[in-house]
Amino acid sequence: MPSLLFEKGAPGRGGDFVRDAGPATRFLKAAALRAELPLPDLTELEVARHFTELSHRNFSVDTNFYPLGSCTMKYNPKLNEAVSGFAGFTDLHPLAPDDGAQGAIRLLWHMERTLASLFGMEAFSLMPAAGAHGEITAMLMAKKYFHERGERERITCIVPDTAHGTNPASAAMVGYKVISIPSTARGRTDVAALRAKVDGSTAVCMMTNPNTLGLFEDDIAEMTQVVHAAGGLMYYDGANANAIVGLTRPGDMGFDLMHLNLHKTFSVPHGGGGPGSGPVGANARLAPYLPAPAAARDESGAYYWDEDRPSSIGMVRAFPAHFLAIVRAYAYIIVHGADGLRRNSQLAVLNANYIRAKVKEFLTVPYVDLCRHEFVCSAEELKKTTGVRALDLAKGLLDAGVHAPTMYWPHVVPECLMIEPTETESKQTLDAFVETLRTLVEKAHEDPELLARMPLHTPVRRVDEAQVGRLANKGVGLRWSPERSDGAAS
Amino acid sequence: MYTPHTAEEIRAMLEVIGAPSLEALSDPPTGLEIKSALDVAPALPEADAYAHILGMAHANAAARMVSFLGAGAYRHYQPPAVPYYAFRSEFLTSYTPYQAEASQGSLQAIFEWQTYICLLSGMDVSNASVYDGATALVEGVIMAAQVTGRRRVAISRAVHPLYRRVLATYAAGMDVEIVELPVNADGVTEVPADVSSELAAIAIQSPNFFGAVDEVSSAAARAHASGALLIHVTAEALALAVLKTPRELGADIAVGDAQSFGLALGYGGPYVGFVATTKEHVRRLPGRLVGQTHDVDGRRAYVLTLQGREQHIRRELASSNICTNQALCALIATIYLAVVGRKGLLSIAGANMANARTLADAIVALPGFGITHRAPFFNEFVVQTPVPAAELCAALEKRDILAGLPLARFYPDLTHALLVCATELTTPQHIADFTRALSEETRRAVAAV
Repeated sequence: MPSLLFEKGAPGRGGDFVRDAGPATRFLKAAALRAELPLPDLTELEVARHFTELSHRNFSVDTNFYPLGSCTMKYNPKLNEAVSGFAGFTDLHPLAPDDGAQGAIRLLWHMERTLASLFGMEAFSLMPAAGAHGEITAMLMAKKYFHERGERERITCIVPDTAHGTNPASAAMVGYKVISIPSTARGRTDVAALRAKVDGSTAVCMMTNPNTLGLFEDDIAEMTQVVHAAGGLMYYDGANANAIVGLTRPGDMGFDLMHLNLHKTFSVPHGGGGPGSGPVGANARLAPYLPAPAAARDESGAYYWDEDRPSSIGMVRAFPAHFLAIVRAYAYIIVHGADGLRRNSQLAVLNANYIRAKVKEFLTVPYVDLCRHEFVCSAEELKKTTGVRALDLAKGLLDAGVHAPTMYWPHVVPECLMIEPTETESKQTLDAFVETLRTLVEKAHEDPELLARMPLHTPVRRVDEAQVGRLANKGVGLRWSPERSDGAAS
Repeated sequence: MYTPHTAEEIRAMLEVIGAPSLEALSDPPTGLEIKSALDVAPALPEADAYAHILGMAHANAAARMVSFLGAGAYRHYQPPAVPYYAFRSEFLTSYTPYQAEASQGSLQAIFEWQTYICLLSGMDVSNASVYDGATALVEGVIMAAQVTGRRRVAISRAVHPLYRRVLATYAAGMDVEIVELPVNADGVTEVPADVSSELAAIAIQSPNFFGAVDEVSSAAARAHASGALLIHVTAEALALAVLKTPRELGADIAVGDAQSFGLALGYGGPYVGFVATTKEHVRRLPGRLVGQTHDVDGRRAYVLTLQGREQHIRRELASSNICTNQALCALIATIYLAVVGRKGLLSIAGANMANARTLADAIVALPGFGITHRAPFFNEFVVQTPVPAAELCAALEKRDILAGLPLARFYPDLTHALLVCATELTTPQHIADFTRALSEETRRAVAAV
């Protein structure tokens, strides 16, 4: 077991990074200073071993197949890493004068225009830091738009029951009342139910298309028409955009607002849970409300930050973008072009359908239609006959070196696994995955107890989540503390 | 480009699926096809793409200049071990650690980050990070509003102006009222003795935007007397190494940006925000939290916890909508803190203070220049300039020097004020070049008038 950094080292270890300037009391009065700084001193080798060991305790795209639904765990090209590390970007201060940052603003300007074209929007803002940040940005835009129009009675946000949890949470943050719409037996949003809920109080309808069941909402034009007729706005959650790039556009479907997750669709590495990048797009009606400043180009071809956006909601983070993430996504786009991006989406859909066709042989696939870039299957039948749950299958996959699919979500399918292979995986990898899953299902019939004990070979096995939750509620066990040598806080 | 499929494999897979073509699988319903040509540049071979983007990087002259520009983003030394280990693929290409058994590396690193933030801030608990310092402030304000049931927040005018702008954006949509607290001639926040009983929180930054160590404890006392919380804001996290901790100063919530801990300037991001608080308010803490537990074999293990607060479980009842955080940036900061350690961090902080004082002495010696704020500072301070600061900055930029931030950009009245910063990377030569340029350009500007 790797000990914590705080249990390693010894006082005085470690390198000399700068010339010593003497104690802090030389510069500030003792009354302003802290008494002690209780951090460990380690040699660089201790740090090297520590983090190398930690890295070996992680699954990642570069080491494992990672079919985590709705997360688009595609390969992250190393070109992205190289170009985002150029000193001309990494050493550039966000408040540098525009004429000293022409390359950076130019890159952002091109990126915005490219995304606008690819998704049929009038304009994009690259400021939001992640998908959920894009959602709250768009909700703030919608709220301002309606307030300016004097339509303060619009206070509801309509969200399908298959929506990402961030959708209702983002809507609630701006005070919208969330109304959930059920799905049909075909796995699509129920248009009749939508029609019944939409009225003069509707502000926004948030949709993911393809939805989180991996199915294209083929009534999208009608839904858009219903919401627009009532004066509401349509919001496109781009979490599943990997299915549609170069094939169809949210703008053409009638969406007014949208966000993208550059860390999903455009191969910015996920980094263990961020940083992401969640650009927000808007059609001509909503574009004036996008965050400002915005990258712009004058008649002479010089790039600058345009602050003169009177209807803008303002800034949503301190500086204009997760710039180094944008550079990665930009690299991805320019090596593909529109044709390459379209091809990637087609192959993502091919891979998902291929797994789906094979998994159907031994697990329930609840919807008959072909899927897009992901699909859900259910272990409900398996659970009834063997007691083995989707969770157990997921944990069994870990033992085989495959990251688990997304589990138990969307809630409309019991015991569900959501599988998204992405386009960068080969037929051989997909075949091996299907056989692994098939073997687990067979084992479930022979030895269900074994599956309940899996995983057996991961760095740790199943963990006690209940205990940690009880302690965490009291603020305990969320940090190392010197009082107890086993690391649990007192 | 990065896809493996051969034509034969595609045929075989389509056959298994029972679809005639890729298009049949992936095309949208009739009527939703893309009808116009896309405005996307044709694909470049990888070598050309590399050269193209390198050209864009070269076009950023400011990245190569000697810099005295801080103002919430700081150029510090990054030990090479930091990116070397942080950018290992196993960290870089993993997802949010939902599967604890397959994510112990990321989970332990976040637990260590949470611990570092607690040790630095003096607070009991820290979350797994938020987007940046500005959004950390927003989350702190939301927490305070939830804890107190009040909707008004007083914020010092010496809190970073861009953090305040972001807060204003959110407040407009969230029914939160912001009132501003004035700053006195010494560069320190003035908190009126009779703070309103309606306040959810008072937010003070220290060192504040003008570089001054602000009066946090008296603000905390006044906040607490009226039932409000004190939010301590940090934009230069390195100062936490030496200054009294937010907790010692009476903070209930400590927020800030840890960009200074090994993260590149990167034209504004990604950086890493932190939110820390007392045990009492742990359930109001937004975003991810990692807790320590054990596995079925009794081995120490880490896991995401208190997910009942989070959006994917509670949906519209969540304490925040945060999903993605800044895990890789938090990892960079954690490795930075591990590599430099207590000893290194203290000496780096010392070098910042020493160089800033050398810089201040050199500037004050120039005719017409002065420092009017009497509050102590860390590595950044405001210089009064004899000619408009923006003009000096423009002139020095032509000499490849970023002179600092003309405060008029955010405080229109302060036309003759320049915010300058020195770090451990500032050399005596930089200071000599800077002061010579300041003095020559001032003379030129005066002569021109």
